Amino acid sequence: MIGFVIRRILTTIPVMAFVALFVFSLLYIAPGDPAAVIAGDQASAEDIERIRHGLGLDRPFLVRFAEWTWQILRGDLGTSMFTGLPVTELIKQRIEPTLSLMLVTLAFAITVAVPIGVLAAWKAGGWLDRLFMAFAVLGFSVPVFVAGYLLAYVFALQLDWLPAQGYTPLSQGVWPWFENLILPAIALGFVYIALIARTTRAAMLEVLSQDYVRTARAKGVSEGGILFLHALKNAAVPIVTVIGIGVALLIGGAVVTESVFAIPGLGRLTIDAIVRRDYPLIQGLVLMFSMMYVLVNLAIDLLYTLVDPRIRY
Amino acid sequence: MKMKRRDLLKGVAATGAVAALSSFPRPSVAQQASALKFVPQANLANFDPIWGTQYVVRNAAALVWDTLYGVDSTLTPKRQMVESEEVSPDGLTWTFKLRPGLKFHDGEPVRAKDCVASIARWCARDSMGQMLKATQQELTAVDDSTFKWVLSKPYPKMLLALGKPGTPMCFMMPERLAATDPFKQIDDFVGSGPMKFSRAEWKPGATAVFEKFKDYVPRNEPAEWLSGGKVMNFDRIEWVIMPDPATASAALQNGEVDWWETPISDLVPLLKRSRGIKVDIADPLGNVGSFRMNHLYPPFNEVKIRRAVQMALSQEDYMHAVVGSDDSLWKPQLGFFANGTPLYTEAGGEILRGKRDYAAAKRLLTEGGYKGEPVTCLVAQDQAVTKSQGEITADLLKRMGMTVDFVATDWGTVGQRRASKNPPGQGGWSMFHTWHAGADCASPVGNIGIRAGGDKAWFGWPNKPEIDAETAKWYDAKTLDEEKAIIANVNRMGMEHVLYIPTGFFFAYQAWRSNLSGIKNGPIPWFWGVTRT
Repeated sequence: MIGFVIRRILTTIPVMAFVALFVFSLLYIAPGDPAAVIAGDQASAEDIERIRHGLGLDRPFLVRFAEWTWQILRGDLGTSMFTGLPVTELIKQRIEPTLSLMLVTLAFAITVAVPIGVLAAWKAGGWLDRLFMAFAVLGFSVPVFVAGYLLAYVFALQLDWLPAQGYTPLSQGVWPWFENLILPAIALGFVYIALIARTTRAAMLEVLSQDYVRTARAKGVSEGGILFLHALKNAAVPIVTVIGIGVALLIGGAVVTESVFAIPGLGRLTIDAIVRRDYPLIQGLVLMFSMMYVLVNLAIDLLYTLVDPRIRY
Repeated sequence: MKMKRRDLLKGVAATGAVAALSSFPRPSVAQQASALKFVPQANLANFDPIWGTQYVVRNAAALVWDTLYGVDSTLTPKRQMVESEEVSPDGLTWTFKLRPGLKFHDGEPVRAKDCVASIARWCARDSMGQMLKATQQELTAVDDSTFKWVLSKPYPKMLLALGKPGTPMCFMMPERLAATDPFKQIDDFVGSGPMKFSRAEWKPGATAVFEKFKDYVPRNEPAEWLSGGKVMNFDRIEWVIMPDPATASAALQNGEVDWWETPISDLVPLLKRSRGIKVDIADPLGNVGSFRMNHLYPPFNEVKIRRAVQMALSQEDYMHAVVGSDDSLWKPQLGFFANGTPLYTEAGGEILRGKRDYAAAKRLLTEGGYKGEPVTCLVAQDQAVTKSQGEITADLLKRMGMTVDFVATDWGTVGQRRASKNPPGQGGWSMFHTWHAGADCASPVGNIGIRAGGDKAWFGWPNKPEIDAETAKWYDAKTLDEEKAIIANVNRMGMEHVLYIPTGFFFAYQAWRSNLSGIKNGPIPWFWGVTRT
């Protein structure tokens, strides 16, 4: 197992190197000019050129890439062109809201989706199944921002139960932290619930038709025991897989959700960086997201061994 | 201990009840706090008002750094950090004396040498500063509170230069910060103004926090725009960045923020109907929409073709696209200077008035030798004002029989591409849209669109040296009547040469919780004098 983990971590090195080269090259050839954005609308072409020179953007591609690579190897992601702050500091400022949003969404989605999927499979073809699957289709169909605005309108503006926007750090109390995340997590969780519920249903349907389930029933095991103790465990591998894939969805969805609910997370930081062409920040964020994907995939692979004892590395 | 299902349900219900009790009904967050919560027009992504000249940076900087002079609502410069000034009879030597008791946020006194260094840095980036620098013989500190500026040519607009609201403003910084290359960003934010910038709480893209500077000495006069006593009634001002207008609207309605600088016109009717919210025009100087053409390449290198577009362009169409159906939000703009300001003139702008004549415009296109060359329109889609103008332009040019190459892109790309002097088909451009703040268009100082010095002019590079020569006379004018006569000439010549086409004059709104008082309109959100009742 340890050997497997080490091997997997080592394989991330060429992946990350490729990502780094790809992102750097892409940004180099992409249109847009941070110097023009910094200089503002009143600036002359000469002003922009001097700011570009000050930022080092007039140097050759290879020189800039070599410098950036050397920085990365020393664990330094560089400095934002706009704010003058280290990229690591900017990421550190923003990572808590995004991780909090992902965590609460994940918890909410799994808590709702897995029972829905199990019950839909149990009552396959019945009205409960149709109801749950209709809910799942709705979850896929409603864009995150629509759900977000509707939730904010009802629960913040009309009922005044929850804040319409913002984020409170966990250090300022669990309830203030959680209160700000309820609506965003529900809005973001809809798609995720739909995905997990449908996968759970499909996996459960296959498992529930197995001989050992029939045997369990013949032995008098309760339906709850069959569904949640025997069948669900055996259907867990595809569910765990889709949860892992869903983390990628969550990162994408967080960009929209953070904008709709004004949460100062990594999603908004990424959008701001792209709009302004803040190259060091974009590069740092893409590297970090890539690393997150790699680690999530590794975690999923390790989880397989827990849910299915036949899998060994 | 074994937990039964009934115990669990009780626990969940109790948790829910506690949660409900603690959250229902929710008190207004902005009202609870002693801080003023403000939603600015844009993200404060950097904080050097000389290096980065975006309006949002200027607005934040006006809290943190003070100026030697500041304009009032008539755009007249008044003393601010300066106690007195003296100009020699020949108009060449200016001597400025600072008010006593001025301090920087680190506790150090504001000295004349700090002002000298700040002025020097500002001169490198500002058009008036560059004019002063070109005639500068000497700029030195005489003692700790006095400095003198010796010029080789009189400069009657000196005080306006030092107190104008247009970017970059001449802010006073400690000498060590002002010594930074003007094309590089400062990395410390020690200010001289009424509020301190809380560097530790700055989260670019999310929040910027300003704390009251207890040692700031406001002037005794009442505050008016950038002049007078900047008395702060809040210990803390929090700027909350909200990229989504619907979210900002909800936050204001819910009392989670106090003041929103730029509500979009679509949401204004909703805000006007909401209890506890006031809505008013933000800046009486408004904004001027701009159709900017590239004078270097066909088709717009030919004045007849520029004139044809000018003849067909309907400001009403543009303004309805920008502000919606509320006609109180726009006015015709038949000149290059902001409508409603003393220098506004319609001399030469009659062509923009009345029914649009497409047939005559088409004839003029033919006379101008238009051969169907594509018109490369750079249209930033991420700015509502440019996007809506771009859509009207595409329709206008097609109706005139022109071939449109519509480049839908973002502002960052427009910012880069408009600086290119390549032909339109090779990475260049034919036209783009922008808009200018009315405060910048109140005089030639910030009115970059009227410069006609070819390579030295603003993007589009119109080349009509006579216009620049006429504009230069304004800087030497001594009375308003003289100024008006000069500006009428500039406007007429600029309209005839079609430096650019104004697409209209429009206002924007601001909105705030009705328990705030003292909010005034102007080109900058004035925080001094604002209080919670």
